[in-house]
Amino acid sequence: MTLDQMKPGDACRIKKLTVRDKLGQRLLDMGVYPGLELKVIRNAPLRDPMEVELDGYLVSLRHEEARFVEVEPL
Amino acid sequence: MKKKEYLVVLAGQPNSGKSTVFNALTGASQHVANYPGVTVDKMAGWYKYRGVSLEVVDLPGTYSLTSYSPEERVSRDFILHEGPSVVVNVMDASSLKRCLYLTFQLLEMDTTVVLDLNMMDVAENRGLEIDENMLAQRLGVPVIPTTMKSGRGKKELLDAIATVSQDGQQARGAQIDYGDMEPSFRELREKLAGTDLADMYPLRWLVIKLMEGDAEARRLIREHHPQADSYLELVEKTREDFETRYDEAPEVHIANRRYQTADDITRSCVKLRAGAKPPLSNKIDKLVCHRLLGPLILVGVIWLLYYLSIVQGYNLTNYTWPLLAKIRSLAEMITPAPGFIEIPLLRSFVLWFVDSINALLNYVPIFFILFGLIAILEDSGYMPRMAFIMDRLFSRFGLHGQSTLPMVLGGIYVGGCAVPGVMSCKGIPDERSRLATILIIPMLNCLAKVPLYVLLINIYFAAHKVWAMFFISTISLLLVLPVAKILTLTVLKDKETAPFVMEMPPYHIPTIRAVLGRAVERVWLFLKKITTIVAAVAVVIFVLLQFPGLSAERMAHYNGEKEKATRAFLKTVKGTSFAEYLGSEQLMALIWYWDDYKDAKMGVKAGAAAAALEAKFKEKNPVFFRIVKPGQDEAAKINRAFKKLYKTRKGLLREMRKERIDNSILGKLGKWIEPVTRAAGFNWRVNVALLSALAAKESSVATLGALYEQEEEGEALEQRMAKGEAGFTPLHALSLMLFMVLYPPCLATAIAVKVQAGSIKWMLFAMIYPMVLGLVAAVLVFSGGSALGLSGLEAMFAFYGLALVFTIIMGFTGKKSEYA
Repeated sequence: MTLDQMKPGDACRIKKLTVRDKLGQRLLDMGVYPGLELKVIRNAPLRDPMEVELDGYLVSLRHEEARFVEVEPL
Repeated sequence: MKKKEYLVVLAGQPNSGKSTVFNALTGASQHVANYPGVTVDKMAGWYKYRGVSLEVVDLPGTYSLTSYSPEERVSRDFILHEGPSVVVNVMDASSLKRCLYLTFQLLEMDTTVVLDLNMMDVAENRGLEIDENMLAQRLGVPVIPTTMKSGRGKKELLDAIATVSQDGQQARGAQIDYGDMEPSFRELREKLAGTDLADMYPLRWLVIKLMEGDAEARRLIREHHPQADSYLELVEKTREDFETRYDEAPEVHIANRRYQTADDITRSCVKLRAGAKPPLSNKIDKLVCHRLLGPLILVGVIWLLYYLSIVQGYNLTNYTWPLLAKIRSLAEMITPAPGFIEIPLLRSFVLWFVDSINALLNYVPIFFILFGLIAILEDSGYMPRMAFIMDRLFSRFGLHGQSTLPMVLGGIYVGGCAVPGVMSCKGIPDERSRLATILIIPMLNCLAKVPLYVLLINIYFAAHKVWAMFFISTISLLLVLPVAKILTLTVLKDKETAPFVMEMPPYHIPTIRAVLGRAVERVWLFLKKITTIVAAVAVVIFVLLQFPGLSAERMAHYNGEKEKATRAFLKTVKGTSFAEYLGSEQLMALIWYWDDYKDAKMGVKAGAAAAALEAKFKEKNPVFFRIVKPGQDEAAKINRAFKKLYKTRKGLLREMRKERIDNSILGKLGKWIEPVTRAAGFNWRVNVALLSALAAKESSVATLGALYEQEEEGEALEQRMAKGEAGFTPLHALSLMLFMVLYPPCLATAIAVKVQAGSIKWMLFAMIYPMVLGLVAAVLVFSGGSALGLSGLEAMFAFYGLALVFTIIMGFTGKKSEYA
């Protein structure tokens, strides 16, 4: 499964990033790295972007970016 | 100034209170510059401590130090190339783990680091107990806990900076153990020994970056390594080998090790006190980012921003305007007095200049409130929420969630200002969206466009004021969105983009000191930058409107008129008891006296004040006073004759002014382009008004005022214009208003565009394309409307419908994923 398919309230563990370079590095730098557990908090009023909680921080990202984060639901 | 002995660099992640630290260290001695080649602000300042002066550079806030974004590139290059004496790593004590991710990268660059554990108050409120000694020990660098907002720990930080920088000894901080990747680093590093690179860059840092796949690091190899190609091949092979062997991309491994080490250190140094409350942010977000409430709150915030700054700020100008009016009266007093028909050039120039600057200074209260409110929005943490709510809508049109604030400032409804709007585009991380936002902001409804709208709506749409006002207020948004999309798909197609991924920082209550400080600072910067430009432009427009002036022949004609009028007046005087006091020499004195009296009486109502005023004027000149305020004697006759003379003079002056503009360079230009603008319904007078608005849009109404002569005393420009342009229809007015919506940026904005977009080329583009677009829209409405026989109101609705449909179509076209 990928992160963009998760619904608000869902928790999951990050398995893999399937994108590299600019977006891949940005995700890593913002704390999205394999092994970490995260929780989807909410979608924006127009559904996109989404807000997730990682390790106590809130990060928002667009669904088209979340597509590249492979997760396993918890 | 004395040469700086030490260079202190502030580095840290966004929202760590870095700018507070910078302000606390440097106080008022700051200046802003640009890093070469990019549009990233370089904040520098200096301070003296224990007799040593130190220069401080505040690097842009970044989460990491890769080469993917300009902010991170300049930060990294600055540290590598400028050799700072000390790097102060400012971090949010309540987010230790996240902040350490950057700290490790600083330590890898072999710099001398002092850790400023800032925002201790926030950490304490959250129930976090941080063992700073343990932290210092594990990282191998000094750790100073501070709450810089209230000045706590400032002295300790100053001491630490002084000690470390004067020590000169490089204390090498702890390094991360990258585990399985260490052999790869060793191998790559050995092959660098003996090259120039060994003296220029920290080698461990360089090989880590190479393993990360960093493009800049590869460039350094290509530039300085004797066998660059074979070395880079080796790097690629090592990366691939690592990935196949451990089933993990090297950059993911590196990030993972950093986070794990950060986690390990955090666990050993931070304890959560029992019963600590989780931060409130999530609860607030439940409301602020709610499906329905979120957008409502956003609209409320924008409304409040407009209401407080534009409406209340405008009310404040009632108190500040008299001050500016005093400056004008002073200018009137010290410049040479006007003659009967000869207005000294110096006088008209100085007054023009003062008026231009005053028009701008009049906005200061508005800007002060506006900048203060923006500071509150920034410090509270609401801005990322704004971006979160609006991103979906704006990204459809090639803009960005963070385009929201610039567009609000620029005037998403009525009454913004493009200058702060363009300036605030700085924060948009995505280059393409940033440029698109910069280019469309001038087309929003800034405050200065409003007077022309009001004028035209009052004359030509008097019966439908509300509709017309609604049309003009919202049409700009409907024009701006599709234009942004078109720009993104064409001229901006190849510009760099950036991922949206954005932190939603915890909410904070802004401090009054910080907010006021920022408001003052920004108003000051704005004035410094803008007034000089407005002043320069005022001079140019003055010349263009004034020269070549009237021919000798015409002057002779006006002199003849003057002679005729004065002779008639003096004939009346002759034979009365006034004759001995009132010859042709005293005439000007009487005119000035009359002017002064009328000016003085303006603000005075009847009663004691009026009596005192009259006594004063009577004392000043009893003879003149009798003429000004005649009884039932012969003075009444003279009074009537004088009034006639006075009116004749006014008429002559007006005619001369009009003729001068007719003849002026700008007037000629207006006539010259009339064949082109006729299709849009603009005659040469309108052209002149529009041309003069290039400097500042307020000028359009002022120039129209000068062009439409005043026949009756006190007749409003509305009536004069309606009378003077009998053939002017609502359709004309509509096309003129639309042209004004799409009008090119004023010069102050043009300069802001140049600064923010980073090139003159973009500035020129920003000035030319709206002109073309505006002309096309105006021609479409005027010629199209005329051909179809539409009334102004019908054409307005038709255009609105077209724009709406076009916007919706553009919103759904050309949307393809960046990462497909």
